[in-house]
Amino acid sequence: MELTYGHPKSLLPIQTKYCPGCGHGVIHRLITEVIDEMGVQDHSIILNPVGCSIWASLYFDFDSVQVPHGRTPAGATGVKRMKPDHLVICYQGDGDLAAIGTAEIVHAANRGEKFTTIFVNNAIYGMTGGQMAPTTLVGQKATTAPYGRDPIGAGMGYPIRVCEMLETLGGSKYLARGAVNNAANTRKTKQYIRKAFEAQMRGEGFTMVEILSQCPTNWGMEPVESVEWVESDMIPFYKLGEIKDELAGSANAVKEAGK
Amino acid sequence: MAEEKRLMKGNEAMGEAAVRAGCDAYFGYPITPQNELTAYMAKHMLDKKRTFIQAESEVAAINMVFGAGATGARVMTSSSSPGVSLKQEGISYACGADVPCVVINVSRSGPGLGGISPAQGDYFQSTRGGGHGDYYHIVLAPKSVQEAADLTYEAFDLADQWRMPAMVLADGMIGQMMEGVSFKPPKDPATRIAKPWAVGTSSNRPVNHVDSTHLDPDEFEAVNRARFERYAEMKKVLPRYEEHDIDDAELVLVAYGTSARVSYGAVQMARKLGIKAGLFRPITLWPFPEKRMGELADAGKKFLAVEMSMGQMVEDVRLYTHGKSEVFFYGRCGGNIPTEEAVLAEIQKILKK
Repeated sequence: MELTYGHPKSLLPIQTKYCPGCGHGVIHRLITEVIDEMGVQDHSIILNPVGCSIWASLYFDFDSVQVPHGRTPAGATGVKRMKPDHLVICYQGDGDLAAIGTAEIVHAANRGEKFTTIFVNNAIYGMTGGQMAPTTLVGQKATTAPYGRDPIGAGMGYPIRVCEMLETLGGSKYLARGAVNNAANTRKTKQYIRKAFEAQMRGEGFTMVEILSQCPTNWGMEPVESVEWVESDMIPFYKLGEIKDELAGSANAVKEAGK
Repeated sequence: MAEEKRLMKGNEAMGEAAVRAGCDAYFGYPITPQNELTAYMAKHMLDKKRTFIQAESEVAAINMVFGAGATGARVMTSSSSPGVSLKQEGISYACGADVPCVVINVSRSGPGLGGISPAQGDYFQSTRGGGHGDYYHIVLAPKSVQEAADLTYEAFDLADQWRMPAMVLADGMIGQMMEGVSFKPPKDPATRIAKPWAVGTSSNRPVNHVDSTHLDPDEFEAVNRARFERYAEMKKVLPRYEEHDIDDAELVLVAYGTSARVSYGAVQMARKLGIKAGLFRPITLWPFPEKRMGELADAGKKFLAVEMSMGQMVEDVRLYTHGKSEVFFYGRCGGNIPTEEAVLAEIQKILKK
């Protein structure tokens, strides 16, 4: 009998340290499924950030580099420039990417660095225990926004839409936003990841998939409640879909379809 | 065979030496007084189809160095004092993950934004592990354009051999002045040592993680202890220094880099006056030539540390003479360079001659 669904080869069969209901596990699985399908496990290198996903190197069965908080795109730049034939994945959370590492992501994207950023946006700091993130929604509570994020009165600013911010940069070629709150969104997110990884291996420029993810622990919700909150509160603000697609591969596909 | 001498700025000579040492990638950010070095690397790395990136900050540059170094490549960054402060986080990570790289500091006056004139106020930062945590790294201090080139060329091998950052601590004077310099031939890539720990090198091995994370205290302590055993080994074989007129010297001037050149001039003037002064010039600031320093202390010498700072290396002179010797200090700071006459006057004052 043919095995149609199993554990990805490049994901180690061990229990993760992530909390029940956390999105990281699903995202790890999507990444490794695509790596297995592309057959690039022994040519993959991940840069994991400071944050909950600092554990990523424990779970992925391929090489990793651990750089300081926020410097992930700078580290990935160094790795990819030296190893252009490798799949280089820059895995970042919202604090790592959109707060402390804002300069690094903007300039890596602008230079068109040929790695793929997997940007996990759960609108909160996970590992440090629920502080306000740059992507925390207006009114959303956090330990450092105890009355909810108040952009004007308390001067906490507004949630940052990272894909849209990077869209204007010439070096960014593919920016998509998915979610892992239900099966349909999860499947679509996997397609985005595959498209980004394939574009990277063709050397097309900067690619990023933002993934809306749930953090039940720090949101103070049950897991089921948290996936519903992604749908009811996050997705209306962070629109899903391909925000920017300037891939040569996509342009060819459109040309073919028009024939 | 060494090539014909060329007249070059120190900054450019260090760049040429790095290219010849086989630097695969250079990452830098503009800062005076080292800008000629970054510009030299831009032209010559790009000409040779190697990697050059003008990074968005010193912080980004050192982490590009870390990433590229993690693949086993030969990598370098350069900066000046305030920029090197920004790089300290990355240097700590490179030390914690045992990633070799070369960092050049063409130092200027501080603290703060300070000035752009030469200074030696980065001695503590360079030799004491300028970032967080328990670590040291190699620090080499050139006194001339020729030595700046030679030490940069060698720094890549030392970094690889000892698996750590190797810093060349020049100063604005060494970087900006022009002198004759000849270069060694380009290194044969086949002479590089293997880096089985690097990422992305081979599929026929267990996975490699280049990181400095250890959440188990016992495991982490063992890693740090192993690293300090390496440091102990380095202290035995790596210290390097130059001596002049030491044997009969009553007073030994201790100085590195630009202040050592001035001190040598002062020693020559003193000798003409019949004053028994000598010069001890550490070339490796870490590991410091502590054993030799102790021998000189045992021989009953007095010491005068001459620095372009308010007194930093003088603490090592006191430390390694173990309280047996009288240790004096003369320094200028703020971008001032001591004159030979002023140092001579200091020698005369101390020896009452």
